[in-house]
Amino acid sequence: MNIHGMLAIYKFEMARTRRTLMQSIVAPVITTSLYFIVFGAAIGSRIQQVEGVSYGAFIVPGLIMLNLLTHSISNASFGIYFPKFVGTVYEMLSAPISTVEVVMGYVGAAATKSIVLGLIILVTASFFIELSIAHPIIMMLFVILTAMSFSLLGFVLGLWADNFEKLSVVPMLVITPLVFLGGSFYSTDMLPPFWQSVSLFNPVLYLVSGLRWSFYEISEVNVAISLASIVVFMIACLGVVFYMFNTGYKLRS
Amino acid sequence: MGIGICRAIVIELLKLHNAAAMDSLPSPVLTISNLNKTYEGGFQALKDINLQISKGEILALLGPNGAGKTTLISAICGIVRPSSGEVLVAGYDIVKDFRKTRSMIGLVPQELTTDSFESVWSTVSFSRGLFGKPPNPEHIEKVLRDLSLWDKKDSMIRTLSGGMKRRVLIAKALSHEPEILFLDEPTAGVDVSLRKDMWNIVRQLKSQNVTIILTTHYIEEAEEIADRVGVINNGELILVDEKQNLMQKLGKKQLILELAEPLQELPDSLSSYQLELLSDGAQIVYTFDNHADHTGITALLDDLKSASIRFRDLNTTQSSLEDIFVNLVNETTQAQE
Repeated sequence: MNIHGMLAIYKFEMARTRRTLMQSIVAPVITTSLYFIVFGAAIGSRIQQVEGVSYGAFIVPGLIMLNLLTHSISNASFGIYFPKFVGTVYEMLSAPISTVEVVMGYVGAAATKSIVLGLIILVTASFFIELSIAHPIIMMLFVILTAMSFSLLGFVLGLWADNFEKLSVVPMLVITPLVFLGGSFYSTDMLPPFWQSVSLFNPVLYLVSGLRWSFYEISEVNVAISLASIVVFMIACLGVVFYMFNTGYKLRS
Repeated sequence: MGIGICRAIVIELLKLHNAAAMDSLPSPVLTISNLNKTYEGGFQALKDINLQISKGEILALLGPNGAGKTTLISAICGIVRPSSGEVLVAGYDIVKDFRKTRSMIGLVPQELTTDSFESVWSTVSFSRGLFGKPPNPEHIEKVLRDLSLWDKKDSMIRTLSGGMKRRVLIAKALSHEPEILFLDEPTAGVDVSLRKDMWNIVRQLKSQNVTIILTTHYIEEAEEIADRVGVINNGELILVDEKQNLMQKLGKKQLILELAEPLQELPDSLSSYQLELLSDGAQIVYTFDNHADHTGITALLDDLKSASIRFRDLNTTQSSLEDIFVNLVNETTQAQE
């Protein structure tokens, strides 16, 4: 196994985060703080408790999930797309490194960044609301699995994309709407019955619901189903990544 | 039609000659057998390539744009998937034993593809790690010093000149101590001074027993540094030979006589010689085989004297590798047509 190769990719990607600290960490933290000020303090003060939890606290898992999903995808997709774009990918293709090692390097770094970001947002939230986490281990499990799964999805996106527009279209036009419609900022019980049923087809609902359960023991779907769905999604993404790499999809002619 | 057949025969004979030359080589570090590459669109970029390269030699691959040089290198390095055929590096198959073969190979690509926002030191260190080698700051320092990059080690790559970026790419390729180095047009677009520096670097690597395969458009580059020269055209390796052999076997020599008085036409008494009257009759050019037992020069000079043709100066020229290359490419292109 090429441990040095894997670590080289991991360190390289982590170094990129250090170079772009404002964009990678500071900007999401400021955005999240604004969410808390607007939704938590300004609007939230006029909203009744949701399922026994204050509105400010209710949206914390949703905000963490929003950041985990979007940043996992953007970190991993950019990580593999940029070498393709500038041509430095030749080095990785000619290196003695396997698909597994490449994926572990890129996805590991993207997931690490997202997890760190998620934890920073959690700490930031604690400055605005009183937080309680009922099941911290389950919470970390959800955070880690989600970061890994969506980093894998981002990696797939980065392999598939052949321009910057394609790179941004999935996070902007698919993920963000799914997160907003997946119960991040509301309980689906607030929706009419028809839209409640429609929401069950939104995969993000399961993630938000599962993470919220780990905080407050309230959920819209069974937590076991939430966990199973994220594991199945991760396996599916792994399969696609391996297929793409092993067939040389858009990498090797 | 007849000329076309003759040319095709010449090409086949050259291929047989290549095969015979391969058999006489010492144990090869790189063996390419019946390598073919056809792209999805149906374009055949490589046609049945056979080649052996010995450890420590410098092979220059010459060929026009689109001849297949970069595809050949890319196939060996793992960037392009061969359609059929086999490539062995030090006896290891490039597909089954890709870890072993790729760790032995360094590649300097044609394009200046660099991580613009990285420092020289970090990008070279990254390459070493990527190729499975543990960190070795001493080696990285040596590589950077050898390539006159040491004082730029902390500079961002985007701030470097094109020539310096080319050196960075070489440093990256050397970071993991490869035994075989591919240089894909290493001096394309660099000035003469830097080109000579590159040649010195290549010679230095050769002294360290690194095998070097370089592609180039510059014939002078091949003449200057290569041990053997391969000519590739339309995906076919049409010739591989020692540089000196190639020039001796295929090179023509010419005797140029500057006449004291111009001639309207050559007299019949000289019709048995391969002569051309050039420069409005002021120059006679005699083409001869330098390796023949009798070049015919003495007899020609005697016959010129008998015909009362006086000359005021004479010199000889030998065809360069460039002339040979152009002739070969033209011949194969016409034969294929």
